[in-house]
Amino acid sequence: MTDYNFAYLDEQTKRMIRRAILKSLAIPGYQVPFASREMPMPYGWGTGGVQVSAAVMIQEDVFKVIDQGADDTTNAVSIRRFFERTADVETTETTTDATVIQTRHRIPEEPLTADQILVYQVPIPEPLRFLEPSEVETRKMHALEDYGLMHVKLYEDISAHGAIATAYAYPVEVEGRYVMDPSPIPKFDNPKLSMPAIQIFGAGREQRIYALPPYTQVVSLDFEDYPFEATKADHPCGLCGSTDSYLDELIVDDTGGRMFMCSDTDYCGARRAKGHVGAEGTPLQENAV
Amino acid sequence: MTPLLQVEGLSKFYGQRVGCADVSFDLYPGEVMGIVGESGSGKSTLLNCMAGHLPPDTGQVLFNTRTDGMRDTVTMSEPERRMLGRTDWAFVHQHARDGLRMNVSAGGNVGERLMAVGARHYGDIRDQAIDWLGRVEIAADRIDDRPRQFSGGMQQRLQIARNLVTGPRLVFMDEPTGGLDVSVQARLLDLLRGLVREMGLSAIIVTHDLAVVRLLADRLMVMKDGHVVETGLTDQVLDDPQHAYSQLLVSSVLQV
Repeated sequence: MTDYNFAYLDEQTKRMIRRAILKSLAIPGYQVPFASREMPMPYGWGTGGVQVSAAVMIQEDVFKVIDQGADDTTNAVSIRRFFERTADVETTETTTDATVIQTRHRIPEEPLTADQILVYQVPIPEPLRFLEPSEVETRKMHALEDYGLMHVKLYEDISAHGAIATAYAYPVEVEGRYVMDPSPIPKFDNPKLSMPAIQIFGAGREQRIYALPPYTQVVSLDFEDYPFEATKADHPCGLCGSTDSYLDELIVDDTGGRMFMCSDTDYCGARRAKGHVGAEGTPLQENAV
Repeated sequence: MTPLLQVEGLSKFYGQRVGCADVSFDLYPGEVMGIVGESGSGKSTLLNCMAGHLPPDTGQVLFNTRTDGMRDTVTMSEPERRMLGRTDWAFVHQHARDGLRMNVSAGGNVGERLMAVGARHYGDIRDQAIDWLGRVEIAADRIDDRPRQFSGGMQQRLQIARNLVTGPRLVFMDEPTGGLDVSVQARLLDLLRGLVREMGLSAIIVTHDLAVVRLLADRLMVMKDGHVVETGLTDQVLDDPQHAYSQLLVSSVLQV
């Protein structure tokens, strides 16, 4: 353990990242370039999020990692172990106990509080990227608030599908100024983006950090006659019976059988521990292996 | 009458080479100005300098804006210039693919300028797109097709619809009929002539095709090696060219 500096990165690198984070908090929604380091994991596995987590982490922190809401997937387990080894911080799966939460593509169901930091892993930070391939041009568009193109994308959705079909990475306008990609969270989570916790977005390969300070005004883009709608599968959770959480759809057999369950495993587990049981669930067994 | 556009002493150099040198002229509302000359004579450089795509080295491009009267668009801030570029100005490229978004549907292409100036009602945007597709003779049922499924002439007409949808007052055109076959050219010219008359547009058309300016332009400017060598009414210049180069240009037209 002592072979690593605290939280893997050297202190100079952490200072550099912290400066980028401070700037990103000062200009909500603006993508701050930073000198992203090689991390001991491939790009696309959360290198941006890990660097941000390493830069904000202190010894007293309690760390939680979720991947699509789950604490127990490969990516989440690996990153959690990474910081257990390199920073020796306490880790948890309980949302309310955590002080730093690194997430891939979800916001926890449990509302976050002012003493928590949510760190997002971001694959493509530029919301205009698939519409305008030139980085020079997109930066100019941000600088000049030239965002007509973003609505062209939503227009195309409606003309092709009859509704705004963008279901994740749904573009938002931050504090009436910058248009931001909230990372590939489902649009169900968009209304939660205005929250008491600090939210920091890290894109390792693309070398960008951006942030939402607490209670930032975040508006999902839409049309007057096709307003934004936070959607989810129209089912209750099969395990805990929750009707207001975001659901994963699982194929359970070869004959097309499927079930829906909460994507937030901690939320689902906590509900089952309190005795909520869904249609396909069984009461939670304490000490079951 | 105040001019819509006043160009004064406009020059652009590429290192030692002259792009265009000391060009001055006035353009009045409703007037169509043709700029002719051979390849490399500085026509496109001049057009791009006027339209704000290239920064000129010297000179002024004064535009009569709706709110503040005459403003120099060269020294104007970039956001203001962009705003002009999607409201009062239009730019029709020679190659439709430079002026269109090829992976966005025809309706999206026409609607982009509307959305860029703040239109946020899908139904209204779509109605206007259908209206404009009709005006440039594209069937309404092609609204959700992509431009790459269109013929060259249709792409060019779509580009024109996309540019005119916000009701601009000044249109810059760079060889709008280049690369199209003659019958398609003829229809496009008919369409342009109709729209220019109907909307009272002012236009600056760069071309090397004298037949195009004969049909569209009221006035003509002949360029050679970056300099304007002759100006005058179109018929006057074409029927009685004074400068040796204009004479050569007019006599070079193939008679069928």
